[in-house]
Amino acid sequence: MKKNILILGATSDMGRSFARECAFRGHNIILAARNNDLLSTLHKDLEIRTNAHIQSFRFDVLDTDSHKLFYESLPLKIDLVVCFIGYLEESSKCKKNFNIAKTVFDINFSCVVSILDIIANDFEDRKDGIIIAISSTAGDRGRASRYHYCSAKAALNTYLSGLRNRLFPSNVRVITIKPGYCNTKMTDGMKLPSFLTSEPEDVSRSIFNAINSGKDISYVYKIWKWIMLIIQIIPEIIFKRLKI
Amino acid sequence: MQKLENWGRNPIIKSNVLNFENIDELKDHISKQADLIPYGNGRSYGDASLQDTVIKTRRFNSLISFDDEKGMLHCQSGILIEEILSVFVPKGWFIPVTPGTKFITIGGAVAADVHGKNHHLDGSFSNHIYELEVMKTDGSIIKCSKENNRDFFDLTVGGMGLSGIILSVKFFLRRIETSYIIQKKKKLNSLDAIMDQFESSDDWNYSVAWINGFSKNLKLGQGIFLKGKHALKNDLNRDFQRNNPYKIHNKFRFKIPFDNKIKLLNSFFGKLFNFIYLNINNKQSLTLVHYDQFFYPLDKISNWNYLYGKKGFSQYQFVLPFGTSRNVFKKIFKIINDSKIPPYLIVLKLFGEQKSFISFPIKGYTVAIDFPNHKNISSLFNILDKIITNNGGRLYLAKDKYMSSDMFEKTYSNAADFKNSISNLNNGKNKLSSLLSNRLKIT
Repeated sequence: MKKNILILGATSDMGRSFARECAFRGHNIILAARNNDLLSTLHKDLEIRTNAHIQSFRFDVLDTDSHKLFYESLPLKIDLVVCFIGYLEESSKCKKNFNIAKTVFDINFSCVVSILDIIANDFEDRKDGIIIAISSTAGDRGRASRYHYCSAKAALNTYLSGLRNRLFPSNVRVITIKPGYCNTKMTDGMKLPSFLTSEPEDVSRSIFNAINSGKDISYVYKIWKWIMLIIQIIPEIIFKRLKI
Repeated sequence: MQKLENWGRNPIIKSNVLNFENIDELKDHISKQADLIPYGNGRSYGDASLQDTVIKTRRFNSLISFDDEKGMLHCQSGILIEEILSVFVPKGWFIPVTPGTKFITIGGAVAADVHGKNHHLDGSFSNHIYELEVMKTDGSIIKCSKENNRDFFDLTVGGMGLSGIILSVKFFLRRIETSYIIQKKKKLNSLDAIMDQFESSDDWNYSVAWINGFSKNLKLGQGIFLKGKHALKNDLNRDFQRNNPYKIHNKFRFKIPFDNKIKLLNSFFGKLFNFIYLNINNKQSLTLVHYDQFFYPLDKISNWNYLYGKKGFSQYQFVLPFGTSRNVFKKIFKIINDSKIPPYLIVLKLFGEQKSFISFPIKGYTVAIDFPNHKNISSLFNILDKIITNNGGRLYLAKDKYMSSDMFEKTYSNAADFKNSISNLNNGKNKLSSLLSNRLKIT
C-alpha cells in the first residue's frame, strides 16, 4: 500500500539509500535534511526514479524551537517516519571539550526526542503510524573509545523502548534499527572487518523487513545480535579490563 | 590508511582513502593532495585505480536528468550500472554497452571505455556518450564531447582516470521491449568453427564464445558459441514473462563469507567445471533468458574473486587485429596448455571498427583468460606479450598488471601523444597518477 513517508536526515548515506528504496516501491516521500544543496540533488534524483509525490524541506534537528512548526506545516499526513539523524565523535575529543560531548548528546538523543515526541503525539491521536529510528549497537554497552556516543545511543534505545510501551495501545509501532558497522560517511577512515560491515542498501532493506515482519528491534546483520549479546553478558568485573 | 585492492586482489596496498558527495568537498580533497587517482567500485583487475591517495566516487551517485524521448540520461559518475538497470529497465531502457558485470560505476565505464558483447555493431561505451563533465586537478570543471573540447574528451575516454575526475556523464540508453534476451547456443569443436560463427553472425546484437582452456590437440579451442538479441513483446511465450516484461534482476547475491587461505578453485575443479559446462550445452539450443543470466552470470556471487584465495588471480586480455592468422591464437592456447598454469575461464569476442585515441578496442578478436596467481605467471605473460606485440595486438589496461612501458609504447599507437598530453595538463601540474600509469611511465 502506498504510504506517506517522512525521512529525517534524508541526505545521509543511509537516508539517501532508503529514499531510493521508497521510490522504487512507489511510496510518497517527504525529505527533510539540513543541507539544501544535497537535498535538491536528492529530490531531482528521486523524481527521475518514480512518479510518486516527492517533497523536500529544510530541517535542522538542533533547532528544536522550529520542530513543531516544521511538522505542522507538512502538506501530507505522515504514515511512517524514519529518523537517520546521528553524529559520531570519539570520546578522546568529547572528554576535553564538553561542547563536543553536548553536541553528541543533542544530535543523537535530546533533539531527536523533541521531534519524535511531536510526531508520536500526532500518531497517538490518529491511532495509526510507524516510528522508526536508526540507533546503534554502540548503545548496548559503553566502551572506552566512544562512551559518549554509546551513552547517547543507549538513551535513545531506552527512550524508544518507553515510547513503544506507551504507544502500543494506540496501534502505533516503534521500531529500533541497530545497523552495526555500516559503510557510510560516519565510519570513513575506520578499519572495519568486511564481513561484519553492511552497506546502506542493506539497512534500507532491513527497515522494510522489520516493517513487514512486525519486529520491534532489528539488527541489520543477524550476527550482530549474537555479538552484542555476548558483549552484554560479560560481567563488568571482566569487561572493565578488556580493550574492545 | 586503509587496505585497498582491485578485483584481481593483487597488489594490495595501504592507501589514503577519501570520499566526497559534493563538488566542493572534491575540490578541497584535490587541493590538499598530490598523486591521486579516482576509485570507482574496484572492478578493474590490476593496479589501474590504486595510488597513495584514492578518491572514491561511489557516494557521488545521483541521477541528474532523463530525457525520455531521446533516452538521454545524465548522472553522476559514482552510480553503478546495476542501479541504472534497476531504475530504467522498468521504463523500457537498457544500458547501451555493458561489460560482464553490472557492478561498475559509470565513471569507470568511461575511464576504461568498456566494451561488451555488442562491440561488433555498437562499438565501445564512448560511442554512446553525449557529454562528459570532468574536474581537472586545478579545480576547474571542463565539459567535453566529440564536438566540444574533443582533445580533452579523447584523453578521458579510455584514459584510465588520468585526465581528471569524471563528475558526470550524459549518454544514450537503448530502447527495449522486454528485459529478456533470445539466446542461441552452440557447442563447437574447434577454434576455426567458432571464429566462422562470429564472422557470420552480424545480424545478432550480442555474440561471445566461451572456450575450454583445458582441451588439447585436435580439440584445442573448442567451446560454446553464444549469441543473443533483445526479445520483443511477441517473443515472450510464458505467462510470467508476459505479465512482467520489464522484470529487473534479482537483488539477492550469494557472498563467500570468509577470506580463505586455500583456493576453493583448484585445477581439478577447474577442469571439472569446464567439462560439465561444455557438455551440458552439447546440443544447439534457442532459448529465452533474462538479461541477468545472459550478461552477468558471475554477478550471482558478490565476491567470486575470493574463489581464488588470498593470492588472487590475473586476467590476460589482449586483442589481435582482424586478419591475424588463426594459427597465432592456436599457438597462444598451446603455450598456455604447456605452461601448466590452469586457464579457468577463457572468453573470446569479435571487435568491430573503433576510432578512438587511447581506448583498447581495435577491429579484431579479443581473448580474456583468467589464471590463478602463480609464481611462473609473469614469465608466461612475457612470452605471450612478445607474440601480441609482434602481431600488432595490445593489452587491456583495465585488466593489466604486468605490461612493460616499452610494450605499451609499441602497441598503443598514440601512447607517446597520450603521455605528453597527460603530463602537460594544468601547465604540467597534473596531480593524477596511478600505479598503472607509473608502471607504464605515462606519469
